[in-house]
Amino acid sequence: MEDFTILIGGKAGDGIRQIGGLVAGLLGKLGYHVFFWDDYPSLIRGGHNFSLIRACRCMIQANTSDVDLIVALNEDTINNHKWRLKPKGKVVYDADAFEAEGTGMKFTSIVKDAGGKPIMRNTAAFATIGKMLGLEWSVLEELVNTSFKKETETNLAIARAAYEQAGDATLNIETGPAEPLPLMTGNEAIALGAVAAGLDLYIAYPMTPSTSILHFLAAHEEELGVVTYHPENEIAAAVTAIGGAYAGARTMVGSAGGGFALMAESVSLAAQSEAPVVFVVSQRPGPSTGVPTYTTQGDLNFVLSAGHGEFLRFVVAPGDVNEAYELTALAMNMAWEYQIPAFVLTDKCLSESTYCFETDGPEAKEVRKQDGLLWDGKGEYKRYLDTKNGVSPLAFPGRAGAIVKGTSYEHDEAGITTELPEAITAMQDKRMKKRPELIEDVKNLEAVKTYGKADSDVALLTWGSTKGACVEVAEKLGLKVVQPVILEPFPTEALKSALKGARKTIGVEVNVTGCLSDLASCHGIEVHEKILKYDGRHFTVDELQKRVEGVMK
Amino acid sequence: MSEINLNTYAENTWCKGCGNFGILTAAQEAIKKLVAEGYPLEKIAIASGIGCSSKIVDYINVNSFYSIHGRVPPTVTGIKLANKDLSVIGFTGDGDGYGEGLAHIIMSAKRNIDVTMVIHNNRVYGLTTGQFTPTSPTNFPGKSTPRGSVEHPLNPLELMLAAGATFVARGYSGKTDQLANLIVEGVKHKGFAFIDVLQPCFTFFNTYQFYNKKVYELEGHDASDLEAARTRAREWNYDMEAEKIPIGLFYRVERPSYDEQVLRGLILAEERKRSDIPAFIESRI
Repeated sequence: MEDFTILIGGKAGDGIRQIGGLVAGLLGKLGYHVFFWDDYPSLIRGGHNFSLIRACRCMIQANTSDVDLIVALNEDTINNHKWRLKPKGKVVYDADAFEAEGTGMKFTSIVKDAGGKPIMRNTAAFATIGKMLGLEWSVLEELVNTSFKKETETNLAIARAAYEQAGDATLNIETGPAEPLPLMTGNEAIALGAVAAGLDLYIAYPMTPSTSILHFLAAHEEELGVVTYHPENEIAAAVTAIGGAYAGARTMVGSAGGGFALMAESVSLAAQSEAPVVFVVSQRPGPSTGVPTYTTQGDLNFVLSAGHGEFLRFVVAPGDVNEAYELTALAMNMAWEYQIPAFVLTDKCLSESTYCFETDGPEAKEVRKQDGLLWDGKGEYKRYLDTKNGVSPLAFPGRAGAIVKGTSYEHDEAGITTELPEAITAMQDKRMKKRPELIEDVKNLEAVKTYGKADSDVALLTWGSTKGACVEVAEKLGLKVVQPVILEPFPTEALKSALKGARKTIGVEVNVTGCLSDLASCHGIEVHEKILKYDGRHFTVDELQKRVEGVMK
Repeated sequence: MSEINLNTYAENTWCKGCGNFGILTAAQEAIKKLVAEGYPLEKIAIASGIGCSSKIVDYINVNSFYSIHGRVPPTVTGIKLANKDLSVIGFTGDGDGYGEGLAHIIMSAKRNIDVTMVIHNNRVYGLTTGQFTPTSPTNFPGKSTPRGSVEHPLNPLELMLAAGATFVARGYSGKTDQLANLIVEGVKHKGFAFIDVLQPCFTFFNTYQFYNKKVYELEGHDASDLEAARTRAREWNYDMEAEKIPIGLFYRVERPSYDEQVLRGLILAEERKRSDIPAFIESRI
């Protein structure tokens, strides 16, 4: 079996995410490409959680609706998901807890007999899946040993008992040798990309689906050589990042739309004070609190326009973990090269889903910190020196011979407040002078990616995590996919060229209005159809295929 | 000391008789004293918010960041976290610090970040032409409360003591030598140093005579005694019926600062050896 999907469900508190992560990790070790969607409501106990893990021998970045195996720790899992089961699909369930069709396992009894806690049913389920994948006990034993740092012996006893009880149940998968790939969530890739480009200080107030950037960096502070800071609110987070950047540290903040709304005044402050700061915005359905733990692509216009006044910004929108890594590093380097605010626009699907990270591409290896323009120490230092391209040399407090005055007010070259008409004009011009060079830079970058059949006359225009499903559908139907990954400055010419030859352009987005399609239209690019979805869920491959076939008729 | 010129070419736009002049004099004097004691001038950074108070950064020739309304505590926190070797002083007004940005000042005191905050407390909004602030007296007839504010004033000293500030002081813009010394002590203090500075607004709330009559310097007070500090802080509730108003150092205690505990000795703004991220990624297989 080259391509299969496992669904593990239970209620919050059953450890569903943990076991999903273990199964995904296991499949990664076996050399499969993995996509792992972690589906959970906004609550801590109860509700219905499920992990959906698709594994394939070829590259995948999305899942299908149907599944080969359902592992149910509660009855809801079966009721909610049996429609997904393929004709030869299998069901494994906790026969101590409820009755169902399929293979009943005594998960509850196994845990009880070993003296474990109720949550350890997930260990029993994990061992059962391992058995069904055809793994030797020794492989599983090692995984349990390394994954369960607490009560390891109890977990081992539970795993062993489940492994034996599972008998010769099998999914008939092929487990031949293949190069294992590292797994990563989008948020982890964003964090690592920032660190690779010199991140010093990450500042965030928790908000789903951005929170795991903070968790990941906080857990690995020393290994990665960074410091994390969780202040009183998002306003403090963003202003602290600006203070830090003024003083010479590479800073980044992260939130979802609601928290980013509180940062809007800081976006403007970063622009006026020319403080390079990276803002990560991970989208979830709004307006307002909306649907906290689900996905959308509804904040494009907000991120493109947040902050009062007129100023330059740089916006990237990665669609997978490699892009998240590379584009976050690019955002950090561009912020420092141009001394402007830069944005990484992600979404719940990319932020919290697990993908395989391709380590052998040239791009991943080339990611590094690029220094901004530094003061040469000659003459009197002026923070806002008006230069040919508008970029002023940087010096930071602590540098002997320089007095560094940053400000939110309109100012002269030295950073002293001014209200003189000619000085205001000069400084607005100075900041805008960066624009042509920035646009030129974007032209030399891969701002628009294309996939699928290059000469197809039907193109799917998409962005962000929706790219994964689009690419797979395009490959099946012989279409082209066009994905802009830099959204500001908008790569109009590159997009036009990528869409050349397309008789029909179909915008595919997870939002209500088709933000990217409308934006493209504003830039003179015709989008003929929109396929939109706004139920908080990402497109599955089969669902999108039907919708595309529908509009192609 | 006199060889350092801390003046800038910026035109001073405070009203004649503004209490901010006293604070400017004290701040410049404090910086000169610190430099004389061996603090390099380039390692001093100041920041301000928005309001008459905050113009001070334009008038002192030293590293500065002119931030936005209410956000001086996070600004100075960012500067300190980026470079722990800097001595960082924030200047903010009562509308700015106690109104717009109250949460920040409380949380900065609680976490004991090693910065000094000087609050120009004239108990009125000056730059927006005369509205009541969190420390205006009851019945204050501001432009937004023409029949008198029905709110009682906040006592910022009590608030800071409750929040866990490790250095709590009150100065008066009319006593610049004492204020300069408080700022010097605040900078030397390893932790969050809070200085509320009583300041008349000549145009919208002229309290010169009131303060000149009531203000006295704390004497015989044990600044290590939290209860005594609370008692002295309660001597005046920021209303107009004051018997006497104490100024000076109310409370000082040593506690590890936030920055020294979280920075692991790193100066984030300086180049240092970086982790090998591709190797870190490979290690995750």
